[in-house]
This record gives sequence, C-alpha cells and structure tokens, in this order.
Amino acid sequence: MPVDSARVIAGVDGVFIEEYARAVAILVRLFGDIDLAEEAVQDAFAKAVEMWPLTGRPPSPAGWIVTTAKRRAIDRLRRESSRDERHAQAVLLRATDEPEPLLDGLVDDRLRLLFTCCHPALALNVRVALTLRLLGGLTTAEIARAFLVSEPTMAQRLSRAKAKIRDAGIPYRVPEEADLPDRLDAVAAVVYLIFTEGYSASSGDRLVRDDLCAEAVRLGRLLHALMPDEPEVMGLLALMVFIESRRSTRTSPEGDLVLLADQDRRQWDRRLIEEGRALVRACLSRNRPGPYQIQAAINAVHSDAETAAETDWRQILRLYDHLLVISPTPVVALNRAVAVAEVEGPGRALALVDELPLAGFHVFHAVRADLLRRLDRTNEAVLAYDAALAVTTNAAEEKFLRRHRDALADANQASITSSGAATSRSPGKSRRRAPC
Amino acid sequence: MKEYLLSIYQPDGPPPATVDLEHIMRDVGAVRDEMQAANAWVFSGGLHDASSATVLRPKGAELLITDGPYVEGKEHLGGFTIVRAVDLDAALEWGRKLARATTLPIEVRPLRH
Repeated sequence: MPVDSARVIAGVDGVFIEEYARAVAILVRLFGDIDLAEEAVQDAFAKAVEMWPLTGRPPSPAGWIVTTAKRRAIDRLRRESSRDERHAQAVLLRATDEPEPLLDGLVDDRLRLLFTCCHPALALNVRVALTLRLLGGLTTAEIARAFLVSEPTMAQRLSRAKAKIRDAGIPYRVPEEADLPDRLDAVAAVVYLIFTEGYSASSGDRLVRDDLCAEAVRLGRLLHALMPDEPEVMGLLALMVFIESRRSTRTSPEGDLVLLADQDRRQWDRRLIEEGRALVRACLSRNRPGPYQIQAAINAVHSDAETAAETDWRQILRLYDHLLVISPTPVVALNRAVAVAEVEGPGRALALVDELPLAGFHVFHAVRADLLRRLDRTNEAVLAYDAALAVTTNAAEEKFLRRHRDALADANQASITSSGAATSRSPGKSRRRAPC
Repeated sequence: MKEYLLSIYQPDGPPPATVDLEHIMRDVGAVRDEMQAANAWVFSGGLHDASSATVLRPKGAELLITDGPYVEGKEHLGGFTIVRAVDLDAALEWGRKLARATTLPIEVRPLRH
C-alpha cells in the first residue's frame, strides 16, 4: 500500500493535504479507528492518482475521497467481521447509517481529532507527532526529521500512540467544560507548531507552505470560536494572523527571503492586521497575559509602524522582558537580543547572544552574523553565516544566508585587496575553517 | 462500556505516623460508594504486604517457587479497583478521585475484552 500517497498527490496539487486531514477526521468519527481511517483514506488517494487522470477530476474531489475511503473501510470491516462479528456489525451499522458528512458544517471533525491527538494521557512529543501526521498530513519521514529521530522510531511511536487511543479508549470529542482549560495548552502548542512548520518548513523548497499555515489559522479560528473567552487562544490566533498578514512580502518574486525591515509594508494584508489588532485589544481587556498574547502584542507593534525606522523598539523590548519572565527559553532570549540591538546597540546584543546554547539553530548563527556585520567584524560575520548555512535545511533560507554571506565576503575581499594584502585569499579561508 | 483496572501503588511497610489512615479509609469508602451509586464499580480488593507474596515460575518441566513479590522495589501494588467507564476520560475521573482519597499514585489501564 502506498504509505504516503496523500503527499504524492499534495505534491501535484496542494489542496489535497487539507482534504486528507478532513477525510481522516471524518472516518475516525464514523469508524472509531484511526488506523482504519488512515489506511482507507490513503487507499482512496491512491485510487484517485490512478483514476483521475483517466476520468478527470470529480466535481467534488473532497466528497469523492470521503465516499471512496468510507467504502474501503466498510469493505475491510466486512472482510474482518468474522473475527469479531458483533463489534464489526455495530460499527458498520453506524457508519452506513450516517448521512453523507457535511464538509463545512459547524462541528469540525478535525477539532475533535485535535483534542484526541493532544490528550494528556499521551506524551507531549507523541501529541505533536500525531497531530502533524493526522491533521497536518505530514509524512512519518518529515515528522521524524523534525524530531531528529529515525523514521522507524517515529513510525513505531505513532503506531503505539494509535494503539493506545484505541485500547485505552481515549475519546474522540471536544472535552467537557471543566477539562477544557487544561486541555487547551497542549492543543495551542500543537496548532502553533503546525503554523511554524507551514511558515518555514524544516525542509523542502517552498518557504511558505500556505496550506499548513491556512490550516493552523483555521484551527486557531475554530478554537477561538469554541472558547471565545480564552485569552491565550485569542493571542495564538492574533499572533498567527499578524504573521500571515506579511506572507506576500516575506519572499521576493524570485523566491528570496525578505526581512521584516525590508518588506513593502503597503502590501501587508490590512484585513488580517485589523483582525489581529482587535484580538490584541480584546486580550488586553481580559488582563490575563500569556506567551501567545505577548508575542501577538510584539507583532502588533511591528504592524503599527508605517516604516521599519518608525518601529517602537523600546516597547518591543519591554514586551520581550515580560515574555522572558513567563517563558524563559533561549529562543525567547535570542529574539529579545534582536530588540536589544535596536535599543542598546549590537555590542550589547552580541554579548547576550553569545551566552545562548543554540548552536544547532540556524537563526542563532544568522543573528550573530548580522550583529558581527554591524560591528564591522566581517571575518567573524562570514564564519557565522557559514555556521548558519551548515545547519539550515530550508532552501529559501539557505539562499538568503548565502547571498548575505557572499556579499560580505566579497566586500571584505575587496577591502583586503585594495589595502594591498599580498596573500589576500588565504587568511579568510584558513580562519573560516577553524571553528566549523 | 469498557473496563479499567485502577491500581493503587503504595510504599512498602507501615504508613508513616503523619498519615491519617482512618481519614483515608473513610475517603476511599466514599469513592467506592460513589462508584457503586453510578453503577461503575465492578470489583475492588486491598492486598496484604508485598512481602506476603509468592511467585511461581515455570522452568522447563519444573516450577520454581520464590518468596516475595515479582518485582523488587520499594513500592508495590497495594490494592485495585475495576471500574466500568465509557472512555478513558471517565476512567481517569474515577482514578483522580481515588488518587485524591488514597493520596497515592493510581495507574489506569484498560482491560482487554
């Protein structure tokens, strides 16, 4: 069976990754078995690959996938029903009696599935992996890469998780009111992870995987609709829509990465910015700050500045100070250092950055490179770009880093040559090699 | 309906003097009453000390008998309850109540049917 046929199709037509998750979620509701649902949907996609080139795309591709997958699942249950007759018959009865699922109904099956995937009885890394697999439509290989484990290890982790959901009876529903706040943190973390995965995919040539971002925003909106009084859900959604508002300006027509400071702010999506602002205002009125709300507020400050030069960095630094108190992680400290560079200068920022244990994170090296460049420590800046290039896996980021690195190295070369250095090439090269 | 084994893990030996055993037993009794009233209770049992256990191990044709519990350690299964529940959330809710009453860790594990 083609294990990742959904991705094969997604490669041809991006729309299908969303239909994959939707179809799996609907089948899980109908059959109460994640493995069966996944297999049936994958079979349906495989059949689509085979048939659609001959028959043409059906009028409702999503409906076709769900109907085909449903039939596959029923066939499989019928075949196996001799083993566990009564159970299979009961499931069959339920599944076949079910009217055709409403694809855009009020209750989103993916939301149910999301709460199942993020159940506290599952380990945190399992929750993220399952959600990426079932709702993000990522392949086991991609998730394995994201977690830095081998593919068989991740496959085993996923299959154990699915077995636990089935055997322990982890419910397939949105939790009851009393349990909601506790269950929400894990869900929010996973949704944001899908968003960041979509925003800057860990591998592959497309910098922005629009479908994953759109999926995360959609799930964020659903969460917000379900829990309108939950400030961190508002904060999460606001954060995502602010970032989403800049999508079109984040890459040049040639596909190159464009930094926030260099983006054409007139192209930012005003509708999304207004949505984000309204959410941030609503958060402020609740006065129960959290990490997502503060990050949303930081993004609101960026959105308020008509030009990069008008950015209120002092306000951003204050917000990062607050964020670092409630969320003291090296990545937050790195982002704070970027604000420190604007307010107190690159020297102060570099001292902070050099303390951070983030050698495996390309952004750490990119930030260092930029600070070193601003301090005219060009050779070190080139080395930092090399270090960033060594750990990035994203093609657009790699291109961006290489462009900056080479520009810097060329400028440096020119200055060395013009100052009359005889062995102009060797110093840069030999020094570059040493710390790598 | 599924069935779940709620296992109570307790330190070996007599409880420390700070533990109000009478209070705990009252609370545990109340949880059991609640389970019975909800038609969730299937069976419960409290166990003697782990040192009272005997393990039988097949070894070829013979059977090896050893004194003491199967797993060495400082904590052992001290008692258990089997409950009926619609899903893990409902079983965990009973587990939560039992953990609060016993002040001990509870393992919730589904029975195979």
